[in-house]
This record gives sequence, C-alpha cells and structure tokens, in this order.
Amino acid sequence: MSQEAWQGFVGGNWEHEIDVRDFIQKNYTPYDGDESFLADPTENTTKLWDEVMGLFAKEREAGGVLDMDTDLVSTIISHPAGYIDQPLEKIVGLQTEKPLKRALMVNGGIRMAVAACKQNGYEVDPEIVNIYTNYRKTHNAGVFDAYTPEMRACRHSHIITGLPDAYGRGRIIGDYRRVALYGVDRLIEEKKAEHAGTQKTMNEATIRHREELAEQIRALQELNQLGKIYGFDISKPAKNFQEAVQWLYFGYLAAVKEQNGAAMSIGRNSTFLDIYAERDLKNGVITEAEAQEIIDHLVMKLRMVKFARTPEYNELFSGDPQWVTESLGGMGVDGRSMVTKTAFRYLHTLENMGTSPEPNLTVLWSTRLPEGFKRYCAKISITTSSIQYENDDLMRVYHGDDYAIACCVSSMRIGKEMQFFGARANLAKCLLYAINGGRDEKTGEQVGPKFRPVEGDYLDYDDVVSKFRDMMQWLAEVYVNALNIIHYMHDKYCYERLQMALHDEHVHRWFATGIAGLSVVADSLSAIKYAKVKVIRDETGLVTDYEVEGEFPKYGNDDDRVDQLAHDVVEVFMKYVRETDTYRNSVPTTSILTITSNVVYGNATGNTPDGRRAGEPFAPGANPMHRRDTHGAVASLASVAKLPFKDAQDGISNTFSIVPNALGKDGEVMFGELDLDALGVDVDIQIENPAPDCGCC
Amino acid sequence: MVTGERGRDVDVIGRVHSTESFGTVDGPGTRFVVFCQGCPMRCQYCHNPDTWEFARADGSGPGTSVSVGELLNRYERNRPFYKRGGITVTGGEPMAQPDFVAALFRAAHNAPAGRIHTCLDTSAATFTKEHAKRFSDLLDETDMVLLDIKTSDSKLHETLCGMPAHHALELGDELARRNIPTLVRHVIVPGLTDSEEECANVGRIIGDWDNVVGLDFLPYHTLGKSKYEKLGIAYPLDGVKPMSAARAKELRKVALLARARRRAERQN
Repeated sequence: MSQEAWQGFVGGNWEHEIDVRDFIQKNYTPYDGDESFLADPTENTTKLWDEVMGLFAKEREAGGVLDMDTDLVSTIISHPAGYIDQPLEKIVGLQTEKPLKRALMVNGGIRMAVAACKQNGYEVDPEIVNIYTNYRKTHNAGVFDAYTPEMRACRHSHIITGLPDAYGRGRIIGDYRRVALYGVDRLIEEKKAEHAGTQKTMNEATIRHREELAEQIRALQELNQLGKIYGFDISKPAKNFQEAVQWLYFGYLAAVKEQNGAAMSIGRNSTFLDIYAERDLKNGVITEAEAQEIIDHLVMKLRMVKFARTPEYNELFSGDPQWVTESLGGMGVDGRSMVTKTAFRYLHTLENMGTSPEPNLTVLWSTRLPEGFKRYCAKISITTSSIQYENDDLMRVYHGDDYAIACCVSSMRIGKEMQFFGARANLAKCLLYAINGGRDEKTGEQVGPKFRPVEGDYLDYDDVVSKFRDMMQWLAEVYVNALNIIHYMHDKYCYERLQMALHDEHVHRWFATGIAGLSVVADSLSAIKYAKVKVIRDETGLVTDYEVEGEFPKYGNDDDRVDQLAHDVVEVFMKYVRETDTYRNSVPTTSILTITSNVVYGNATGNTPDGRRAGEPFAPGANPMHRRDTHGAVASLASVAKLPFKDAQDGISNTFSIVPNALGKDGEVMFGELDLDALGVDVDIQIENPAPDCGCC
Repeated sequence: MVTGERGRDVDVIGRVHSTESFGTVDGPGTRFVVFCQGCPMRCQYCHNPDTWEFARADGSGPGTSVSVGELLNRYERNRPFYKRGGITVTGGEPMAQPDFVAALFRAAHNAPAGRIHTCLDTSAATFTKEHAKRFSDLLDETDMVLLDIKTSDSKLHETLCGMPAHHALELGDELARRNIPTLVRHVIVPGLTDSEEECANVGRIIGDWDNVVGLDFLPYHTLGKSKYEKLGIAYPLDGVKPMSAARAKELRKVALLARARRRAERQN
C-alpha cells in the first residue's frame, strides 16, 4: 500500500527506516523563481476566513475568550469532530468540538487550569478539581513537593522568573511529517520494535524508557482514532498533497489537544509538503489555486489554535501567544536552496488572509537564498510586518539542514532533538544581589547567600566583578537544580507522549536556560568601569540607588569596550550552568531572548548602576537598552552579533523596529520607473562594492 | 587602521556631528552616513539645527574632530552591510570642509578591502563657479550627489535659507559638466514652496542637467521642532502644518512634466 502512496518518489533509506530528511533530499525541487505563479484566495477561502474573522471579533467582544471547557479534560480523542463550516474546509480539525472553544488541560497543574477558567468567568467542574487534587497528581503539585525553600525564595523575588512549574513546558516539536509520509501504523510498528528492544536490566532509566515508549504507542493509537473521528484513515501514508497536509495537521492537532505548552511549534514542513504538491501538480491532480487553498486552510487552522490561560500568563508574554512557529527556507548542506514553491505559498497566506502573528512564519535566512525568495520575503515583510528571520548560515553549522525553530529562536533537529525549556535567570537582579551581599534590593530580604556586600561610597570594578561572579555561580546552581525538578516532574506527570512518539527512540536533550537583563548588566559594568558610580544606601545599609558621574560606553554602539563585557557575562554564566548536573544528561545551553517578558522582569528589578530606574523595562532579548544605541542600526546589531553563539545556542534575539519610511525611498524617486519621463535620458546607477559573503545581509 | 593609497588622507581631520551606521534614505542602498558639523545656511525648515554652528579654531565648540582613518575604520567594521551602499557625507554642510571630504572620498575609493561608493549630500552653500577649483579634488572623488534645491525663486531663497540661490545652481551646472549622477531634492513647505509654478520651475531647472537621475520631493514635517526647543532657538515655521505626502507626489509630477518639456525644447 505504501507503494501506491509513494509512487513517483525517488527511493532511499527513508523507505527502510524513519528518515524524513532523506526523503526530502531525494525528492524536493528547489525553486529559484519569483512569486508570479502564486494564486489568489479561492472563494471558499475568503468566505471561510470571513467567518473566522467574525469569530475572532466575537471572541474580542467576549473579553478575549469565546467559550471554555469546564467538565471535559482534553485528550487526543476527547472531543467529537469540530468544524468552522464543513463544506468549505479543505483541511479539518479543531481542538474542541467548536471553533475557538478552549480546552481544559489539567496535567500541567489543576490550579492554573482552575484560575484560567475562573478569571475568564468559568468554573471547572468540582469533581474534576477533586480528582486532580486528591487522586491524580499534576506536574505542578510534584514540583512543589520537591522545591527547596531557596528555590521558592528565588521564585518569589523574581531573580528566576517564568519557570514552567505550573503549566506545560512546550518547546518540543514533534516530527509531524512522519504521520504523512509513513502513516500512523508504521510509526506504531517502529515504536513497538523499540519497546521490544530495550535493555533488559530494569534500572530506573530503562523502566522509565519502557513506560514512555508504551505511552507513545498509546498516543499513536489515539492519533489513528482522531483521524477516524474526522472520517480519515491516517494509519496509512498520505496519497496526495491534500492528505499530506491533513495527516500532518492531525499530528499537530493531537499535540495541541493534549499539551498547552508555552510554545507549540509545528516544525519545518514546506519543503516536505512541496514534494507532494509538485507530484500532484505534475499529474494534474490539483491546480495552483487548489494547492494554495490547501495551505491557506492549514494556516487558517493554525491561526485558530488557542489555550486556556490566565491574565498573568498573558501579561508575561504580552498577549495570547501560541508560538506556532513554522520554519521556512534555509539552505541544504549540499548547497542547494531548500526554498520551494510551497515556502512562497506559506508566505502568500499573509496576502490571501491578511496579516497575523500566528503561525509564526520564520524564514531561515541565508545570504545564498535565491534572489526571488529574498525579494518576496522583503516585500511581505514590508506589507505585513509578520515574518521572523533567523540566521540559517549560523545555525546550519550546528544543526544541519533539517532543524526547526521552537518558539522564537530555539533551534532543534526535528525528531532527533528535544529541549527542556527553562525560563530565565535575571542577571541584572543578580548583579544587585552581588552588590548587596545576597539581599533583595526591593525587599531587603536575604534571598541569596550572605556574601559580603560592597563597601564604601563608590563601586570598584574589580570588586564588583568578583562578587558578581560568585553570585552568578550561586544563581546558576539554584536555577539548574530548580529546572531539574521541573523537568523530572513534567516527564512524570505531564509527558508529551504524542510529540515524543514523533521522535527517534534516543533523542538528544537540550537543557535550555535563559538570561534576562544582559544589556543592563553590560551597561552597569561599563558605568562602574569607565565612569564613577556612587552608591546610595537606605537606613538598613541596603544599596537602593546609584549616581553615575561621567560618561561611559554603552552596549549597542559597536564599541568593544562594553560589548566585550556583555560577551564575558554570557560566557561566564554558561560556565557556571555547565558545572551543575542536569536532568537526563541533557546538554546545557542558554538563550537571550526575552522578546516580550522583558517588561515583567524590569518591573521586578530595582535601580541599576547604569542609571536605569527601578521598574523600567529591560531591553528585549539581547537588544541594547532603549535609546542608548546612538550610532544606528548596523552598529547596534554589530554589538549583538559579538555575543557568543557557542554559549547561547538556544538563541539570541534582537527586536528591531523601524518605521517603513526609514527603510528607504519608495519607487517614486529615481527616474526610469515612470512613463512620464519617457523623453529623458536615463542613467543607470550601478553600485557594486566588492565584499565578502556574510550572514547579515 | 585603514590606510588609503596616499598615506596622508587617513590623517586628515574633519569636524563631525555624528555618524549613522544604517542610512537608508541618503543615497542608494544601506549607507554609512557622516554628518558634518557646521552649516552657513539657516533654512527655516531645517530639521538638524544642532549641526549649524561651526566649531571654533581652537577645537572647542560643537562636534567632534574625527580623522578620515577613524571613519573608514567604522565603515570597515560592518562593510558587509554596505555591499550595495557606501558612504554618504551630509551635514551640516560637507562642502564647508571640502578638503576633509575629498580626503575621505579618496581614501574610500582606495580602500584596501575594495572601492567604496561615495555620495555627497549638499546644499552647495559654499560653492561658486569662480572658486570651482577649490572643490575640484572633492568632486573628482564623488560618485553621486544629492543636491538640495531649496527654491527656484531667488528672493524667497534669501528669506528661506538666509543665503542667495546661485550656489546650488552653479554647482548643478558643474555637476552636469562633470556628468556626476545627481539626485535633486526639494522640500515642499506649505505656503512657501508648494505652488505649482514653483515646482514647475524646479522641473525646468533640472531639465537643463542631463546628469540628474532622480527627483525627490520631500514633504515638510515637524519632527525637527523639538530640537529647536532644546537648543533654545525660535522655530521659524511655527504653525505651519506638515505637508501631505500625496500632494507632494502630485507636485512632483508637475515638476517632471516641466522637466520633460524643457528637455524637449532643448532637443529641438
């Protein structure tokens, strides 16, 4: 039966084992043309999207949530089929039985589930609360059984913030393409073989492994049933483009029916799906308009993924984000571009159905991407501001050509790597703890170890740096250990069985830490080093404010004197993170990517020696502090680019906003583009400065 | 340190207000922009009044003294960004420091890592045809010019900018003679430079210059106002509303038509 589904495909290792990358490499067609082939939305798409927009409007009117489940715990097969307008839908499947109704997910923590309902005006069935409080333990309950008082204090003072200890951790990307290419039955077979082949000595690791594999098999069986609920047999491989998209989406849907993780990214699917589209187009099975319609309808579904969350959670992430990240483009390790027509089709959804933050369309940017695609990306960025860019030339070196982005920047090989998501340590606050001997600058409480605080009226650079290192070492240890507890409990009580079923048996695990406040720390250290910083103490001797005398170089101006300080902080902090054992031998890395939560972190942090006032937001991610980069964007980006990716492989983000007019002149400046000037003699301006190839343009 | 072919160019010092590493509206591509300190003009709509005052001979006063070498160094640090751009010198008035800018452009052209495209953004305030030689070295090294034509009305020019109009016209002639690609810029201020007659006149002026490759009609905006307040200078255009971008576009068409007619006349 596979033979029929796979007809016309070039064979290879992928036929014999689960190897999606091999299938892609053997079969995809790079596209280096422009966007002129793209099709407008079909009538059905426009009609359907209007209905969805109507639902979104209703949701807003209702205060942000349209409807919620209160008495049905969500699983892969908990709900009957749900539709927007069934006859119009080319791709089907909703998280619950009706659009935008938010499912009840309790395994992360019953308290969070109850709070999410309550704050939106709903009440969870008391019997469910009873069961998940008294009979069935949750991840959240497990974590708090094991937390130490020190961890609780750090959590309370916000020196460590955003820990996934009360909700789903997310950041795991199932290889949803496997569902389409192999069908669910083949995947079950593989998992059964893995289960039969585990080591025989029943130590703790093997027992856990066997239990997890059994859970994965069960999840796949439920995935088959989910297909049946919608009238599809997804046990067998997809036979055409529409089925491939549908099968893949069912895999993703099963994941978001079971997990409400902080980021539920969907992977890197366009090159894979394009193989099916090309085959169908070649065989006359579909037209371009139909191919576009199928992608439009998939993206429409991804725009509708919603979770029940509390207002605090939404405040932390500034909105109601799902981080349904889809990675597009990039280059293959053999030098061919991985851009296909379907990558264009994904971007084109922003034209066909208007702009949208979800799915988070992420272009894996390389200087070697085809010019036509680059231009189309630029065009869509200008008209919709809805594309994220990541440096493929940098990441490909580490992750090859079949990685995807989870959330905003975390890169992982699909189906081969997963990560334990780990929130952030607030390094700006850590610096203040170093100055105050472990006392919190806002409350005066002794949160960190009782080291000797700084003495005298002025900060001494060497003294502060040495104290800061000690405090970072302490913080890294508490932080990593807290995360160890969190991920142990998450695996135990809220295991991502479906997503992990779409991984290889033995996965590489990343231990993803994060840091916040980097630019505040860099500028503070720079102020201490290059200017004079006077401390102001309250009556208890606590340093609560600073007076900066003189000028100092500020991070974000391509000035090595301070950029090096930022670099060193990342390097040193990661060194300390690596010194602590991590759960399941995961490999530590870090990220500098507080894209939205920088406001919350800043709010929890007192005055800092760089002159930043208490409560003032941090800069997002690795950005320089607001208005301190005074030499333009290139200099600002150059500072960020000096941070060590080897230590921050989970990603470094820089948020860059610019008014469109500041990005260049529109078409109507130079002559030659206007008929009016037909009489004129046009001078072509050719500018070609020889320059080495690089990863920034 | 970058060294040009002639060692001395990199040592030439200029008075600079600031640099911008991501210039996208001052010449083609992404450009490294140098803002010179000091300008003899006092245009009423100027949005950079902080670049007006010249430094004093003893080196005090506004701006920073920076060498050509230092500026090129800043450029080279991020050269890949400027692959399709180059360096633009603006101001202030760059032609008030012709030797410095000439040295910078020459060093840019001789840069060891590859020739850098040079662009001069000027109002020509210091240029006269009698003293064209004074600017010969500079123009020899200039790949493109952004030439500001304030107004075609010489009387209005004096009130608008505090200087006569002939400087820009004479530089325009010289650029045409040298055939240096030039983009002409013209700020449209409501009530001052926004009449159709004025715009047609601008069109006719540039119709005489075959080297003009583009015409940019910039609608007047009030974003510079806060700088005046900070500097304690009275804002001359107080009460004047920003120009609508749509109207500026229409007026540009008027100018282009006039230019086309003028060129047709010349052909006959």
